[in-house]
Amino acid sequence: MAEMNEPVDVLIIGGGASGAAVAWSLAETKMHIVCLEQGDWIKNEGFPSTGRDWEARQFGDFAISPNRRKLEADYPINEDNSPIKVANFNGVGGGTILYAGHFPRFHPSDFKVKTLDDVADDWPIDYATLEPFFELNDKMTGVAALAGDPAYPSKPAVMPPLPMGRSCEVIGEAMNKLGWHWWPSDAAINTQEYEGRAPCINLGHCGSGCAQGAKATTDGTYWPEAIRARVELRHRCRVRRIETNEDDMATGAYYVDPDGVERFQPAEIVIVACNGVGTPRLLLNSASERFPDGLCNSSRMVGKNLMFHPYSQVRGHVDEKLEGYKGPRIGTWSMEFYETDPKRGFKRGYCYQFSRGYGPVATAVNGMADGIIPWGAGHHEAFGRMFDHSLGMLAICEDLPEEINRVTIDPHLTDSDGIPAPRITYRLSENSKRMLDHSVARGKEILQAAGARDITHKTIFPGAGWHLMGTARMGTDPKTSVVNEWGRSHDVRNLFIVDGSVFVTSGGVNPTSTIQAIALYVADQIKNRIYELFD
Amino acid sequence: MSDLTPNTSEYFSAVKREVMRLVAGAIIPADPARDMPGADDPAILDDILASAGRDADDLARALDILGAEGAQITDASLARFRDDHPALAGVLSLVIAQCYYRDDRVLVAIGMEPRAPFPKGYEVAQGDWSLLDPVRARGPIYRDVPQEGTDT
Ligand SMILES: Cc1cc2nc3c(=O)[nH]c(=O)nc-3n(C[C@H](O)[C@H](O)[C@H](O)COP(=O)(O)OP(=O)(O)OC[C@H]3O[C@@H](n4cnc5c(N)ncnc54)[C@H](O)[C@@H]3O)c2cc1C
Ligand code: SF4
Repeated sequence: MAEMNEPVDVLIIGGGASGAAVAWSLAETKMHIVCLEQGDWIKNEGFPSTGRDWEARQFGDFAISPNRRKLEADYPINEDNSPIKVANFNGVGGGTILYAGHFPRFHPSDFKVKTLDDVADDWPIDYATLEPFFELNDKMTGVAALAGDPAYPSKPAVMPPLPMGRSCEVIGEAMNKLGWHWWPSDAAINTQEYEGRAPCINLGHCGSGCAQGAKATTDGTYWPEAIRARVELRHRCRVRRIETNEDDMATGAYYVDPDGVERFQPAEIVIVACNGVGTPRLLLNSASERFPDGLCNSSRMVGKNLMFHPYSQVRGHVDEKLEGYKGPRIGTWSMEFYETDPKRGFKRGYCYQFSRGYGPVATAVNGMADGIIPWGAGHHEAFGRMFDHSLGMLAICEDLPEEINRVTIDPHLTDSDGIPAPRITYRLSENSKRMLDHSVARGKEILQAAGARDITHKTIFPGAGWHLMGTARMGTDPKTSVVNEWGRSHDVRNLFIVDGSVFVTSGGVNPTSTIQAIALYVADQIKNRIYELFD
Repeated sequence: MSDLTPNTSEYFSAVKREVMRLVAGAIIPADPARDMPGADDPAILDDILASAGRDADDLARALDILGAEGAQITDASLARFRDDHPALAGVLSLVIAQCYYRDDRVLVAIGMEPRAPFPKGYEVAQGDWSLLDPVRARGPIYRDVPQEGTDT
């Protein structure tokens, strides 16, 4: 028998990017709000860049793959049937703890792909709906940017952009030769002190957590504000299932507390924010007699339409020293190939996220894997030609939704609390393959224009499953979607979903800015509709 | 959070340690001209064996395979190993490089300060912002879409 907690008004499950944003926004209602997060608080002083093993730990306790990291907060994921492997972080702040802080918004066209390009579906909301929430999120996050990017409608910059350094200049010069768009990336990284958080000191290791606290992670942005406003965040609490009553309303959730005690948390409203894999896992694990196919799943869309963003990677080396291991990984982007051009042989498009160089360990490991740094004689000579001379890019390709790409429950695998674990089934579409090829070919042209040698590429970058979208899609039709146009489940009228699961399509940019804008928008809807919320 | 990777110093037998020494020295040999030790340097080798962490089992397997050939570690035997066991070869590269390239002598030789990045950090030049002038001159490139908004 589970221990019974005092009831609360709002239960949020998941304390990552979206859970933090929705908690902060709802805090002003003075409702009693509790968030259950399976992971811990991570202290800045514990991040790898504070120690001499700073590079090694990105392959160890700060690995991006939960299947490699295997910390207590992690749940295993069966990804045998997917060429792209999941990357995440389970803890207060969620994926923002490890993210690069590349912070583009979706473009206006991303919400209208059916109308514009006759693919997938239009969203029931659009850029104009989200614009005030993008702006609010930029302010709460502290986004460094340069106003005036010709690839977007006008948007304000909260603080000056990241420094270009020589790496971004070299790429910029090459892009100018080709006449292609590039611009300083919007970055969730402080370039000046902001809201009590320190400016970036170019540690160069944002992907393993920012010891300086300059990267905007929600444990340092939204959560302190939300907690000050009396939201209660309970960490190391893993939710097993959501319970419902005979009126098909959620009554709360069963979870395992830090002492291993099973508890039930009753709530009037349940908000799920466990990300594009964790959310369908929880809904499917919440199957019951009333909901035999899983919760909120009368459409049978829970878990389906998983979108990742297939990534390609192209890197090269120039003769001059770039000091590219200094500074945030990100710097500039290109939206040149973002929109559909029928001549390219695929629909929709991609952005480039240009990146600086690597530290010495990553240079050696990647160089040996790519065959450009040998074992044995010649190792040092080749290493010297690569280290600090490297630059390149990732292409973030729009992934179109397909029902066969999905999250289901693995019949055998469980986490350390015995909760059934997710299984991913995913394959690349022909459209994605053509887009990836195009991105590699253009990427090589860019590096050639930059005078690069020793160019390597990965047409599909397997470890880049860090954008998790589409598995509880938003729509006006309950037959084909899981939540309505303001994030409420069609089936369970007091259950909301605010993470990347609700995405109808993936866009071709990193999703967190849009995920958080949606979380703020859903919170706003809850506040404005409070008297008709469950109708 | 502390480093949650277990120390694997005691994990490897004397035989495996010896194979590791031979393999490490063959993969990254010393280079006196550059003032660089080999990865078989005693301090680096100890670090490699202590820091295998999540790869300890795979490393042990790799060392068993390489050691079984009579500990004759040659360029040819290593090349064959890479062809036959690419995943294990990746593990060897990783466990060796992650320790070799944090040794003070190595970092100084490749032009880095031998220190953790934090708290001193680094300087990065702003760069020449006028490089963006041609991008601005081209004008907007986003696809204009009629927006309806949604009643809130
Ligand atoms: C290495 C890496 C780099 C990235 N780089 C970028 C980038 O540059 N730009 C960008 O936009 N995005 C990036 N991302 C993606 C970004 O982190 C995610 O888009 C974002 O964090 C998703 O927010 P979310 O709220 O949907 O989920 P998450 O942030 O993943 O939060 C979900 C939370 O729910 C918790 N949870 C799950 N299940 C349960 C349960 N049953 N009980 C209790 N708690 C639970 C998890 O522990 C987790 O903390 C990156 C991600 C990674 C891993
Ligand atoms: S480069 Fe800046 S944001 Fe990245 S880890 Fe270092 S201080 Fe933090």
